[in-house]
Amino acid sequence: MIKQVSVFLENKVGRLENILEVLYQYDINLRSISVAETTDYGIIRLILDKPELAIEKLKEAGFMVKETRVLALEISDITGSMLSVIKELSANDISVEYTYSSLPLHGNNVIIIIRVDDNEKAVEVLKESKNAKLLNIEELV
Amino acid sequence: MYWNEKVETMSHEELIYIQNERLKDMVHRLYYNVPFYRSKFQNLGLEPEDIKGIEDLSKLPFTTKQDLRDNYPYGIFASPLSEIVRIHASSGTTGKPTVVGYTKKDINTWSELSARAFVAADADRNSVIQIAYGYGLFTGGLGLHYGAEKLCASVIPISTGNTQRQIMLMKDLKTSLIACTPSYAIYLADSIKEQGISLEELNLKSGIFGAEPWPENMRKEIEKKLNITAHDIYGLSEVMGPGVAIECNYKCGMHIWEDHFIPEIVDPNTLEPLPYGTLGELVFTTITKEGMPLLRYRTRDLSILYNETCKCGRTHIRMERIKGRSDDMLIIRGVNIFPSQIENALLEIGEVEPHYQLIITRDGTLDNLEIKVEVTEHLFSDKISGLESLQKNIARKMESALQLSAKITLVEPNSIPRFEGKSKRVIDKRNI
Repeated sequence: MIKQVSVFLENKVGRLENILEVLYQYDINLRSISVAETTDYGIIRLILDKPELAIEKLKEAGFMVKETRVLALEISDITGSMLSVIKELSANDISVEYTYSSLPLHGNNVIIIIRVDDNEKAVEVLKESKNAKLLNIEELV
Repeated sequence: MYWNEKVETMSHEELIYIQNERLKDMVHRLYYNVPFYRSKFQNLGLEPEDIKGIEDLSKLPFTTKQDLRDNYPYGIFASPLSEIVRIHASSGTTGKPTVVGYTKKDINTWSELSARAFVAADADRNSVIQIAYGYGLFTGGLGLHYGAEKLCASVIPISTGNTQRQIMLMKDLKTSLIACTPSYAIYLADSIKEQGISLEELNLKSGIFGAEPWPENMRKEIEKKLNITAHDIYGLSEVMGPGVAIECNYKCGMHIWEDHFIPEIVDPNTLEPLPYGTLGELVFTTITKEGMPLLRYRTRDLSILYNETCKCGRTHIRMERIKGRSDDMLIIRGVNIFPSQIENALLEIGEVEPHYQLIITRDGTLDNLEIKVEVTEHLFSDKISGLESLQKNIARKMESALQLSAKITLVEPNSIPRFEGKSKRVIDKRNI
């Protein structure tokens, strides 16, 4: 499992910029970003090399920040690889709440970030998986 | 335990009999001694004889804070200064303060009612009572002080401030009851903890807290942090001072001492009296005061009256904790809305210090209410579905509290400007 930093943002010009400024200022590198938006607000989800520092500095800058545990999986960049991972999860009655992809580490593989309803169970299922490799934050950065 | 069992547990019929007699006397005295009231009566075509008892209460004129200001300083006094032994004043936000005067008998009554309050909060003559309300022009300190002395308790008149010394004396002198504002009680509790003093080293058993509105979860916090039972007390200098009403151990509202005051709840708009159990503005008629008696004084405080007999045996009517101020009232789609209702609903969701803003717009003839609520760590979810269900939850709470549907908008922390006064929490864009 890795730490995802989630930030609450109103839909206003310049707010994303404000977040990225803070990260840049403290030399925090962005591995992945995803945005979930509604008409009034959005949630920015970030995978960072220094999540603790980011949380501290973003809070200082007045942002509403939350740390969430998500799964980072390395899978092959071939058709159907994600399908087989998701199949394993659904076979064990684990629900996927959201997912997005991250920068690849090795040429032929991709990384997907998955938030599920039951992290522990998902780790149990996936640690033996032939279809994916569970990553921790050190492996990711 | 009662201070004055006979009076505190008197039957409703006896109380009403006393109120009728005292009200008639009061009306006569005001008519003949206070030109301000005489002219109010004359304007209404009212004679003192028209008031035969409390059933005629609604014929009487109201008194407002503005009336007190207009008659500054002594214009509403009903006794000559030779009879006045004490003067208190409340700070006026606009210019002159409100001045109130007490005769010797008024001070005795006040002491009696404060003593009743202390006993309702489990104190007796063996108690050590620390009064951390301000002494001086403010009624809090001296008002309770005299009651505690009347009870023969040991009183520590420490007044406000100097938290270090408050805690040292509380520990060394074995204070059993603390009287202060609820927010100071929390501050004290946190300071005690910071200094590494355990609650076992203290002898605190109960507390009397008032002078500012405080919600139920604040009571729970005080009771937990200080391991005491916390009692709400109500009073205002115009009517007397602290001790007009006090919570007993059942904590189902504060008993108003009806042998001295007649309370009413009125609609702040129409000024029509409202039935028991209805939220409205609290109005008091004093029926024993000599120095500055008042007829139907509009407190601007919002409350509810309950007349069912309390389990504690006291027969005096109960008032709900103060729900807000009627000055803040808004009328949206014909419904009376008080910002404090919104605050209370947010407190129920678990917000400790909710920050919100009301925006009212008019679309054609229809009013729309939008409530902006700052997202806090406690409420924030990293899932849209979590935030949506939060919005729905707030909307549902608001609808049941206000009887009106509102659009809930979640906003970032600190995005709503902070103001001193609550009324600034409202932006009314309607051009009425």
